Amino acid sequence: MTLTRHQGGVVILTTFAIAMLLTIVPLPDDLRTLRPDWVALTLIFWCLVLPYRVSVGSGFVAGIMLDVLTGTLLGQHALALSIIAYVCVRLHQRIRAYPAWQQTLTVLILLILHQLLTLWVDSTIGRPSRPLSYWLPSLLGMLLWPFAYRFLTALRINFSVQ
Amino acid sequence: MTVDHRQHHLDSVRGALSILVYPLRLIVDLPGSTAIWFRESLATRRDLQEENAGLRTQQLVLNAELQKLESLEAENMRLRALLDSSFQVGKRPMLIASLLSVDMDPYRHQVQINKGTLDRLFDGQPLLDSQGIMGQLVQVGPFTSTAMLITDPSHAIPVQVNRTGLRTIALGTGAIDRLELPHIPNNADIRAGDLLVSSGLGGRFPQGYPVAEVIEVEQDPGQAFSSVGARPRALLDRSRDVLLVWPPDLVQAAPQPAVDAVAPEPAATPDSAEAP
Repeated sequence: MTLTRHQGGVVILTTFAIAMLLTIVPLPDDLRTLRPDWVALTLIFWCLVLPYRVSVGSGFVAGIMLDVLTGTLLGQHALALSIIAYVCVRLHQRIRAYPAWQQTLTVLILLILHQLLTLWVDSTIGRPSRPLSYWLPSLLGMLLWPFAYRFLTALRINFSVQ
Repeated sequence: MTVDHRQHHLDSVRGALSILVYPLRLIVDLPGSTAIWFRESLATRRDLQEENAGLRTQQLVLNAELQKLESLEAENMRLRALLDSSFQVGKRPMLIASLLSVDMDPYRHQVQINKGTLDRLFDGQPLLDSQGIMGQLVQVGPFTSTAMLITDPSHAIPVQVNRTGLRTIALGTGAIDRLELPHIPNNADIRAGDLLVSSGLGGRFPQGYPVAEVIEVEQDPGQAFSSVGARPRALLDRSRDVLLVWPPDLVQAAPQPAVDAVAPEPAATPDSAEAP
């Protein structure tokens, strides 16, 4: 499938680790509910750029880690991240060709899909319903996407991850 | 997978995985704990002396209270013996743990503490602070554990009104400063300012610890039950040091670090005699 050797796996792992750190860094109570989904953003980026290296399996592992870290039901984030990783890898050629604003909107849809799936599991096990502000992290994630994309691309070129 | 977890088959997997993410938690907790360490090591001698004096007077006052408590306890036991009531006031072993400053899911009221199965913690163990009951452990890993606070929307704790002995259940609401008592009849004797203590009926929480204080009672004649709100006594969003309690019948399971540390030594003495 690939002509060149894979390299830079450490970089990918590090970006995921940093995303998880950002997910559990303590924030003031008012900001806690606004925290964008860093792990999902990182996963979407790597799925778009390196679909043959990061895909559903990585999404599942990252999701399980996220479940343990945030104390949610084991498999909840794993399911959601696996599904958005699948969508991403399936559509990566199309999404990569989109203009920037259209790409950002696609990311918004993926992030909302992630939240919707976690909400679905949560309501299935009888957690109380969420306020409307539950959806704000997706919007914030969408706004952050261009910056995250540039930063991660620079990182990828700098360390020649492929 | 979801079903599996509901039936607690995956708890060991989660425990093992929690070792993997332990470094991440430590890194995130680092700034907070370093700040505390700096504040302690850079405190001036004068500050320390003042704090020391304050603590000494506080201990004196508490000791005086404790003397009263012992005589009251003895009297209570005597009276209960007269009534042939089977009631045990046992000394409960306790352990102090610290909260890790990491955030969990913002829609659940959960905290991480820095002790785990290595300190013989167990699932469902009650968690207190100096003011009252905070919650219970819901997941115990080797180094860290997750505790659910009493204000989590899926938490309920059996309580008793201290003044009248009325038994009921306090439910968490998802707000950090509010519990609700949903099943109080309209004619029940309860009013704002009443102290709610744990009734110990569920067998999980120890009996007689303060849980919350009633702040509002609304009696609507059209409704079957009155709506009662209460504020938790424990400083749920401010405490950093928490107490873990063992029930009296599990005393032998509680940690006895002094005994454990000494035990291996006698075996080593014959060798150490030759060494010098």
